Amino acid sequence: MVEQALFQDQLVADPMTSTPFRIGRVVKESYDTFTLELVPQGRYQTFPFAPGQFNMLYVFGVGEIPISISGDPQHPSLLVHTTRAVGTVTKAMRALKVGDAIGVRGPFGSAWPVKEARGYDVVFVAGGIGLAPLRPALYQVLAQRDRYGKIVLLYGTRSPEDILFRSELEKWRSRFDLEIYVTVDYANSKWHGNVGVVTRLIPKAPFDPLNTIAMVCGPEVMMRFTALELQKRGVPSDHIYISMERNMKCATGFCGHCQFGPTFICKNGPVYPYNQLQSWLALWEV
Amino acid sequence: MTTAPLSFILESAHLQQLFDALARHGYHIIGPTLGDQAIIYDEITSVDDLPVGWVDEQSGGTYRLHQTKTPIYFGCTTAVQSWKRWLHPPTEVLWRARRTDSQFEILADEQPTPRYAFIGVRPCELQAIRIQDRVFLEGEFVEARYRARREAAFIIAVNCGRAGNTCFCASMGSGPEAREGFDLALTEVLEGDRHYFVVKTGSAAGQALLAEIPHQPAGDAEIEAAAHIIADTSAHMGRELNVDGLRDLLYRNYEHPRWEAVAQRCLSCGNCTLVCPTCFCVTIEDATNLNGDEAQRVRKWDSCFTMDFSYIHGGSVRYSAKSRYRQWMTHKLATWVDQFGTFGCVGCGRCITWCPVGIDITEEARLIRAADNQTVVNKKANHDESV
Ligand SMILES: Cc1cc2nc3c(=O)[nH]c(=O)nc-3n(C[C@H](O)[C@H](O)[C@H](O)COP(=O)(O)OP(=O)(O)OC[C@H]3O[C@@H](n4cnc5c(N)ncnc54)[C@H](O)[C@@H]3O)c2cc1C
Ligand code: SF4
Ligand code: SF4
Ligand code: FES
Repeated sequence: MVEQALFQDQLVADPMTSTPFRIGRVVKESYDTFTLELVPQGRYQTFPFAPGQFNMLYVFGVGEIPISISGDPQHPSLLVHTTRAVGTVTKAMRALKVGDAIGVRGPFGSAWPVKEARGYDVVFVAGGIGLAPLRPALYQVLAQRDRYGKIVLLYGTRSPEDILFRSELEKWRSRFDLEIYVTVDYANSKWHGNVGVVTRLIPKAPFDPLNTIAMVCGPEVMMRFTALELQKRGVPSDHIYISMERNMKCATGFCGHCQFGPTFICKNGPVYPYNQLQSWLALWEV
Repeated sequence: MTTAPLSFILESAHLQQLFDALARHGYHIIGPTLGDQAIIYDEITSVDDLPVGWVDEQSGGTYRLHQTKTPIYFGCTTAVQSWKRWLHPPTEVLWRARRTDSQFEILADEQPTPRYAFIGVRPCELQAIRIQDRVFLEGEFVEARYRARREAAFIIAVNCGRAGNTCFCASMGSGPEAREGFDLALTEVLEGDRHYFVVKTGSAAGQALLAEIPHQPAGDAEIEAAAHIIADTSAHMGRELNVDGLRDLLYRNYEHPRWEAVAQRCLSCGNCTLVCPTCFCVTIEDATNLNGDEAQRVRKWDSCFTMDFSYIHGGSVRYSAKSRYRQWMTHKLATWVDQFGTFGCVGCGRCITWCPVGIDITEEARLIRAADNQTVVNKKANHDESV
């Protein structure tokens, strides 16, 4: 057995091998959610990706998990991920510091239909951490603002303390060409905004249903009810896009874990037009 | 116009020379041999390692071997484990990493690729290898380790002279005759005192190897004898699976009461997925050494029958045994078709034989077909204020 450090370009051949990236900055978004800015290394000068795509992030000795890219596709010199600490790997990731290394494989999967949405009103509907995978699409749409009709962001989260990317949302809110509505499940006395589920924001949101592309990301049940609500307003089911989550061990189609009916979420998804999955989403335990 | 491949005769007395030629070329020969009360595919070096005279008896939940006086080399049907064990091994180190301060570097396990010669690959198993090729070699990504082993392998198929009680390759179109994907294909013929193999070559490597051992062109009578054996096997399949419209049948019957009935018997042990020659699912385990400065990622066979398989934060997606059996069978016979353009079942019968309670995939499909559209309505509600 020959043991040697692999040259980076040898790694290209094997989609299962990670490349260590250095953590350049850590941002605490909320009590359980944090953003890591990674500096591409090795064979990566930059890290080009499409909004909606994800990476497999490896914490040394602990494990590897799928996390969507949450940064700006126009600035591929940084690789940005926003993660909610929920379990073994994400908690170990939260303990990492600036200068530490994290293993990266990717980018994998399908993208939000940012180009296809040109000429349409664009409605983003985010639930909780679901805002993170949508942010790259928001950046891209805003960078070419005049190519789109109305732009609306509907964002539901647990409590006012859980609001992600707060200063950025405030900055965006001051723009006249973007409407942002935020709702929380549980409010404190300082909260003067909406309370309740995000689907309640849909009936009165300002967009033309017949000329809209919707991009929806959040828990599966939230995405399903959002799609139903959007359809009620007249948005065609093939103009609604959702991003699916399943257990993933490989992201390359080899491990079988991410199957959802006839599709593999790692290769056919994670972003799908809703009409493609609609009948499967109505079933239990697929 | 295609010409039928030429057939040759290899006398059984010269079979050892085939082994010798493979060894000369540096192959590790893997073939059927007697394991612990069952035939296994393992490393062998001579014809004496073959289970001469042994015949297996398989049926739902049972496997038995008995010895006969016939000097037959390939008298047993499928072994417990398929060739998957060699091409897609049960555990494999993907890579290792070493930590230095806050950084780590990836280390490669540069193991030489084993060169296997598989002898005794059954037609259904050949088809299974080609199905796994689609998974690992023909998608967007290529599994480099599988490819290296696959490309190095030399395959000697053996056509079936007898179908087991759990076999249904004829239904799945995979056997009992090997049609492609082999280097050499043998049909074992025992006629009175005569014992020989009718050999077909399937590749240049196969032709070259055959050239090194005594052989002669087959005569019409010998070709006829081999064809008769295969036709007879085909006519005596142990089981049958009607594949007509099967994919849509299962899609339509996702909520069929039969799923609940089979779940009452299914132990969720995952035996069926482990013995199945096409099941490819794996998980990855991470480990570190005691100092915590070296880590490795190990890939292991996994099964969709475990709760962990579909675990996402908050719980398993398929929490009931019913949904896990449904995933398995629907994957084999329906979703696989959409994913890879073929069924994920070749009719080898292993899942029936090795199921501790004898659950039979052909019977389950038959019962669903018999009560097509007998759906228990169990759709999610379209109104829920608790989102
Ligand atoms: C395409 C995709 C994009 C995602 N994007 C984000 C994101 O941007 N931000 C974010 O916070 N979360 C995201 N997730 C969810 C995130 O992957 C899970 O929260 C994470 O895997 C949980 O791992 P854990 O070890 O901390 O959790 P635990 O609950 O401790 O999990 C225990 C074990 O189960 C496994 N496990 C749990 N969930 C998953 C999973 N989805 N895939 C594989 N294994 C799993 C892990 O291997 C882990 O070792 C995404 C998931 C997918 C599929
Ligand atoms: S599903 Fe059963 S019969 Fe079909 S290939 Fe797998 S083990 Fe063989
Ligand atoms: S049946 Fe289950 S274990 Fe086998 S390939 Fe399909 S999902 Fe994987
Ligand atoms: S994550 Fe392994 S097949 Fe999709």
